[in-house]
Amino acid sequence: MKSQSYMKLEIPSRSDNEAFARVVVAAFASRLDPTLDEISDIKTAVSEAVTNAIIHAYEDRVGLITITAYLEQNKLTVEIKDEGIGIEDLEMARQPLYTSKPELDRSGMGFTIMENFMDEVKVYSAPGKGTTVVLVKEIRSKKELPSS
Amino acid sequence: MEIEKLICDDCLIMRLRGELDHHQAEQVRAAADEALQDKGLQRLILNLGGLSFMDSAGIGVILGRYKQMQQRQGQMAICEIPRAVAKVLEISGIPRVIPFYKSEIEALRQTARGAAVKRRARQR
Repeated sequence: MKSQSYMKLEIPSRSDNEAFARVVVAAFASRLDPTLDEISDIKTAVSEAVTNAIIHAYEDRVGLITITAYLEQNKLTVEIKDEGIGIEDLEMARQPLYTSKPELDRSGMGFTIMENFMDEVKVYSAPGKGTTVVLVKEIRSKKELPSS
Repeated sequence: MEIEKLICDDCLIMRLRGELDHHQAEQVRAAADEALQDKGLQRLILNLGGLSFMDSAGIGVILGRYKQMQQRQGQMAICEIPRAVAKVLEISGIPRVIPFYKSEIEALRQTARGAAVKRRARQR
């Protein structure tokens, strides 16, 4: 295993799982003793990625969302993976205020929020196969995991 | 998610409590739509004081209601913004279009003043 400290969560893409997913990742990250603001940033970014998978990747069907998180020193990495429709134009999808579903009152701010709240956001997507969003955040405040 | 609705003159106040995400957004929208069927309501104040979480779904709901109020040439304000929600609001650009107030009473007072100015402008 790439990291000594990791977790994996599989959930069906139903909207009532959004709160569960972000709380689980926040609880996992709390081992690094983050500040309340850092916890809030992590929860918000995870919520955005999971919501994208529910609304866009699987649209009207329920599919599987896999969330894997790693801790290395003071760095949290979260991968949110779906096997949905994928994103045709990644650059466009990441533009602030762009949404493919304006009729749903969606703001198009999902990726912008992820980018503002995390240190790094990577998106891998293949149309028809799925999307993986990788979120990285360094917990600046306090302790590191023991190194041995 | 708990939603408390109060009506004061031509103003609808919605107090939101809990976590406002995509799952809960529909409930807020439905509650607003139901109350706003009363076309006499010219002001909408969202009290976010009870929110412990909000993501971009909340931004979508707020901007959606703002458009609704604009269509009826009404006003909208937001008040009691908790720390956990402030950053998302800031990034969204909402402060450039919707005024924020510290308290509900201040929001009520300020929007009432704005409404009076608008009425005078229309009479001229």
